[in-house]
Amino acid sequence: MIPLSWYLILAAALFCIGMYGVLGRRNAIAILMGIELMLNAVNINLVAFWRYLSPQVIGGQVFTIIVFAVAASEAAVGLALIISIYRQRSTVIAEEVDLMKW
Amino acid sequence: MSTELLVWLIPLPPLLAFGLIILRAHRSNRVSTGLAVGAMVLSWAMGLVVFGQAVATEHLGDHPIASSIPWLPLGPDVLEMGVLIDPLSAITLFFVVWTCLAIFVYSIGYHNFGKARDAHDKPGLPPHAGGIDPLYARFFAFISLFAFGMLTLVVADNLLLLFIGWEIMGLCSYLLIGFWFGKDSAKKAMVKAFMTTRVGDVFMLLGIAALYISTGTLSFSEILRNPETLHHLAETPAFLGLSMAGLIGLLLFAGTVGKSAQFPLHVWLPDAMEGPTPVSAMIHAATMVSAGIYLILRFFPLLSAGWHPGEPLTTTMVVIAAIGAFTALFASTIAVAQNDIKRVLAYSTISQLGYMVAAVGVGAFIAAAFHLVTHAFFKALLFLGSGSVIHGMEHGAHASHDHVDPQDMMNMGGLRRKMPWTFWTFLIGGLALSGFPLITAGFWSKDEILASAYGGNQPVVFGVLALAALLTAFYTARQIGLTFLGEPRSDAAEHAHESSRVMLAPLVVLSIFSIAAGWAGIKGDFPFIGGSIPNWVEEFLAGALVEHPAEIGFTFPPLLTSLVVALGGLGIGWLVYRRIPRGGTDPLVRWLGPVHRILRNKYYFDELYGFLFVRPAYWFAETFTYAWVDRRVIDGILHAVGRASLRLGGWLRRAIDVPVVNGFGDWVGESTKSAGRTFRVIQSGRVQAYLAAALLFTGLLLSFLLLVRP
Repeated sequence: MIPLSWYLILAAALFCIGMYGVLGRRNAIAILMGIELMLNAVNINLVAFWRYLSPQVIGGQVFTIIVFAVAASEAAVGLALIISIYRQRSTVIAEEVDLMKW
Repeated sequence: MSTELLVWLIPLPPLLAFGLIILRAHRSNRVSTGLAVGAMVLSWAMGLVVFGQAVATEHLGDHPIASSIPWLPLGPDVLEMGVLIDPLSAITLFFVVWTCLAIFVYSIGYHNFGKARDAHDKPGLPPHAGGIDPLYARFFAFISLFAFGMLTLVVADNLLLLFIGWEIMGLCSYLLIGFWFGKDSAKKAMVKAFMTTRVGDVFMLLGIAALYISTGTLSFSEILRNPETLHHLAETPAFLGLSMAGLIGLLLFAGTVGKSAQFPLHVWLPDAMEGPTPVSAMIHAATMVSAGIYLILRFFPLLSAGWHPGEPLTTTMVVIAAIGAFTALFASTIAVAQNDIKRVLAYSTISQLGYMVAAVGVGAFIAAAFHLVTHAFFKALLFLGSGSVIHGMEHGAHASHDHVDPQDMMNMGGLRRKMPWTFWTFLIGGLALSGFPLITAGFWSKDEILASAYGGNQPVVFGVLALAALLTAFYTARQIGLTFLGEPRSDAAEHAHESSRVMLAPLVVLSIFSIAAGWAGIKGDFPFIGGSIPNWVEEFLAGALVEHPAEIGFTFPPLLTSLVVALGGLGIGWLVYRRIPRGGTDPLVRWLGPVHRILRNKYYFDELYGFLFVRPAYWFAETFTYAWVDRRVIDGILHAVGRASLRLGGWLRRAIDVPVVNGFGDWVGESTKSAGRTFRVIQSGRVQAYLAAALLFTGLLLSFLLLVRP
């Protein structure tokens, strides 16, 4: 059986890739995709810990399902916002959306 | 209704009328007249009922009609206010209500009630064509207040209430003398009257204070009917050899000198003739000047404390007798040389008041009170008669367009045919004033004063008064001769006409009293007729004193003297003045020469007082009070305070407000702004920068929690 640490390393790698996407990419859609990756890294952790540490309670699965739902709605709202910004300003580059700057 | 309550009510109707007229009724002359005269009729009726009760009471002096209420608690004592009707106030009340009522009724006619208002008449000036006076209602309000003051004074049972009535009358005389305030002379006269009487009133107030300190009460009965108090006061030395009683007596007498226009404060009374004639009658005959005599009669037991009939007079009494006798003679000499019909009467009043004062001074209490009563009647009659003459002359002047002075007797003459009623009543008054023997009231009272002075061994007073009586008879004959006898000396006099009935009725009533009032006081031992009428006045008034005065037996010298002076004066006057032709001059001018000029100018007393008191007062007011005290000192202090405040304010602003308060406020604002400027660079608006910062700090916090703390 594959040890738990392998799953954790995979999840950490996936989280770091997502974080790079969030901090490093300029395109708002790419940032949104990075966020999805980070959420899924958390999901891997949740499922892995459930399977290895407490398989008799289903808390890990339930949390994962909730994260899915949140991620899906977040993506829907985020994409709608991005489309709206694009219609207003013809750009999806995060740095150029700086109305709130001093 | 009990008599005590009735006495309380006597002064109130005129006060009520005054208030109602001033506040409500002054727009309607008819209502104002009705209120004032109605109120006076009410007071008159109550006064007569009370007088009747007083006469019917046996031993009224010992059991007076009195009631009082505690009015003002003063520490352990209580000041009582109350009313008192003893023989003196009863008899005073009698003539006051009669003369007041006569004057009220007369005023209706005098101020031309019922005539239309002339469009040319201005308020504050006499109407010049027989129209109703523009301030008609105001006149009735003022005389109502005046009557209230006098009635209060008469029924008062203590000196304080008396003084209140006294001062109310002082105010009213000021207002009434200046009733025609459009005339400059009236304005001056009102101030002069007020200021001059004030001099006496200040001394009187001192006397009241001294009396209260010495005895602890101001009630008449407690002081004056208490021989122990009087004896104590007479034995307490004050200063300059005067006893306390003498000192208080002199101070109170000073009030009389002011109010009753005795020398040296006599100057206001002739000028007071600027007021309407009913006012002159009211102030100079019926009420105000009588109040001064009433005061010294009331305080006769105090004034004469330590003196017994037959002994030499005390210092106080000598002063009173001297001033009275001197005034009597002095004023009658001036009256001889006056041409204004009212001024003659004014000086005659001063002179007659001097008679009464002299009588009090020589201890003749009853004679003085008797003369007070008879004088009030015949002098009111003479004043109202002179008003009727002036009224007729004004009408004549208006009808004939001969605008002469309607009060100057040299413009009159022959009025007996034009104004018969006025003539006969004036003649009765004049004869009473001169003391025409047997039939007039003035004879009996004047004779009694002369007899008292003679019987009291005061030959100087007797001689002076006899001389004054001679002059009185002379100027009265002169006045009647110039006014009514001979031929008219101006067109105005030719067109004069008799006054209305409402003016004549009071004259008739008063002339009845001017004759009949004397019969009540005929001495029992008078030759032939004595005893046929009981000497009611003496019996009644004697009860006012604890020690009944010794009766002065009848002697012939004073009777002969008064007969000679009265008939002689009248005879000489009649011979000289019965027919002065038109354009003629007064023969006295030729006979007396420069003396006449001095007399006509009243011994230059107005000029003397002007030089001694009025001009220094003006100088003092202008140079010292205004220019120095007011402008320099007070204004200087105010300006200095103002400048110092400005300077202090400037310093406070520079030292505290600007640097500290403003500085702190500005610093807070500026530092907030610069902090904002410094930290705004953080807000870049780049989401990823915020996230990076959040990540960094979360990492730091996490490292701290996991690595450093445990």
